[in-house]
Amino acid sequence: MNVAVCVKQIPDPAVPGSLSSDHTLDRSGKLILDESDSYGVEMALQLVDAAGGGEVTLISMAPNDEVSGLRTALAMGAAKAILVSDPALAGSDALSTAKVLAKSIERAGDIDLVLAATESSDGYTGTVPAQVGELLGWPALTFSRHVEIADGKVKVQRQTEAGYDEVEASLPAIVSVTAGVVEPRYPSFKGIMAAKNKPVDKVTAADLGLDASQVGWAGARQEIVNVEQAPARQAGEKFEDDGTGAEKIVAFLEQLKVV
Amino acid sequence: MIVEFDPTPEQEQFRAVVRDFAEGEIAPNAAAWDRDHVFPVDAVRAMGKLGLFGLPFPEEYGGGGADYLTYCIAIEEIARADASMAITLEAGVSLGAAPFFYSGTEEQKQEYLVPMIAGEVLGAFGLTEAEAGSDAGATRTRATLDESTSEWVIDGQKTFITNSGTEITKCVTITARTAPNEITNIVVDSGTTGFVVQPPYRKMGWHASDTHELVFDGCRVPEDHVLGVRGEGFKTFLRILDDGRIAIAALALGMASACLDASVAYANQRQAFGGPIGRYQSIAFKCADMAVAVENARNLVYKAAWLREQGRPIREAAAMAKLYASEIAVDATREAVQIHGGYGYIDETLVSRFYRDAKILEIGEGTSEIQRLILARGLGLPVE
Repeated sequence: MNVAVCVKQIPDPAVPGSLSSDHTLDRSGKLILDESDSYGVEMALQLVDAAGGGEVTLISMAPNDEVSGLRTALAMGAAKAILVSDPALAGSDALSTAKVLAKSIERAGDIDLVLAATESSDGYTGTVPAQVGELLGWPALTFSRHVEIADGKVKVQRQTEAGYDEVEASLPAIVSVTAGVVEPRYPSFKGIMAAKNKPVDKVTAADLGLDASQVGWAGARQEIVNVEQAPARQAGEKFEDDGTGAEKIVAFLEQLKVV
Repeated sequence: MIVEFDPTPEQEQFRAVVRDFAEGEIAPNAAAWDRDHVFPVDAVRAMGKLGLFGLPFPEEYGGGGADYLTYCIAIEEIARADASMAITLEAGVSLGAAPFFYSGTEEQKQEYLVPMIAGEVLGAFGLTEAEAGSDAGATRTRATLDESTSEWVIDGQKTFITNSGTEITKCVTITARTAPNEITNIVVDSGTTGFVVQPPYRKMGWHASDTHELVFDGCRVPEDHVLGVRGEGFKTFLRILDDGRIAIAALALGMASACLDASVAYANQRQAFGGPIGRYQSIAFKCADMAVAVENARNLVYKAAWLREQGRPIREAAAMAKLYASEIAVDATREAVQIHGGYGYIDETLVSRFYRDAKILEIGEGTSEIQRLILARGLGLPVE
């Protein structure tokens, strides 16, 4: 069972980020593994382990040949990685990103299942996994809180507001997993040392057969016109409790339709 | 001359992993463990799962095959969150497992070292007695060979023994007098008849670390429970104490660096008389002095670890690192409490716990006075 995991390398969320003049996030510094992708990596390792064979391949698109985040996932136990790094990819929107990832998955070859996070911690579009599925012509299952492989199918519990739906699809397929699908392991020192020698296949858009006009600013269907600070949170409404506090709270909750 | 101060990228990556682990799994619980005097077995097992107990040992025994500096970095990072868990790790590795690695037979390594490395069990080292600590020659615990049953019969007691009474403690390696001028290391399994673990001490700090007095009353263990060569107990524990001092120094370094970070953050955040207290030189300069001390300690600890990795003599370097790092840790915790003012005296704050936890660093694994004695002797002085 071979599983590919789409992993994004992002600026450290603990460090205040900044925007470039083109309104995109400045990604020139050191990047780290998006924590939301560590769940997919762990899930993939467990599925391969349960299948008794196969390997986990990482798929990542990042500027400046960045591998720091990939090293973390390789140290967790992934076998190898494909890194797409190319100045032509700057300004890629979600669809361009999906094209690159889909081509990379084809390049990896012999993949039974692709895992991805439901959304990245920096972009938050949440559309890429389904787009990749469409481009590959594979079923895409989203928001999975539980994943298992049985009878040559992938079965997931799809998180809903009220609970979960049980959904299954034939393989190959792409599945997006929520944080909490499994508890990601901490990489061991042995894993970190082993990761040093694991292969990272560095490729450009052209290597994937993508024309520069299809990706980056040139291929983007989306344009960032302006970026503004989110409005500060409005102050809440204050009630002095004159003996009717409980009723007022209930009335407020009813207005929100939560009771 | 080439001087290289940067740890390798892999060492830095592992530091980040251990820091993540310490911040995620240990720091949120440390105050409660301290308050309730709980030895958190699950957290110890989690450290085992992360491979911390096997770091400096070879992979053939399940170890991480890491260099000594990597092990020190792990202790430093755990100590930034909780000194109790750091000493549990340090004692588990340097005092529990290391004697088996250095002196054990292959059979002993398989039986004891392998599960210790996995973090499934803990070993302890029993050297100190009521009237013998650094003066190990005064050891009174006696082991007499009963030829008729091929067993050692052990009588005596040991004090302040770390990790000796946890639910996962597998054994205690003790120093015992096996002839008038002969000290031998003998392994006593937990639960052996005649081996009594007294209730845990009530300590000033290190509340989540397990420390007991041990009593041996006609305790019988098989003859082959000697660890290493009979009569070479001195040699073994001198070696493990030298190594252990570097690790204790790393622990002290972690505590001091956490105090520095907490102090700087607090000095920037706490407002008094219309601005952060960090704008006062009386506070800012304390932080500056603390930064110098932390930097010095780090250089001493890392250099000692490097010397050990090179197979060079480490006695003086280890003593210097241990002496300096433990004393600046006590200073740093005291000044950090001062900077935090009243909040620094409240149980729940990190610096308050660290203030109580730091003092033992100047005492355990050789007092500051013993370190100075080692150094003075190394200088060729006729000091007694």
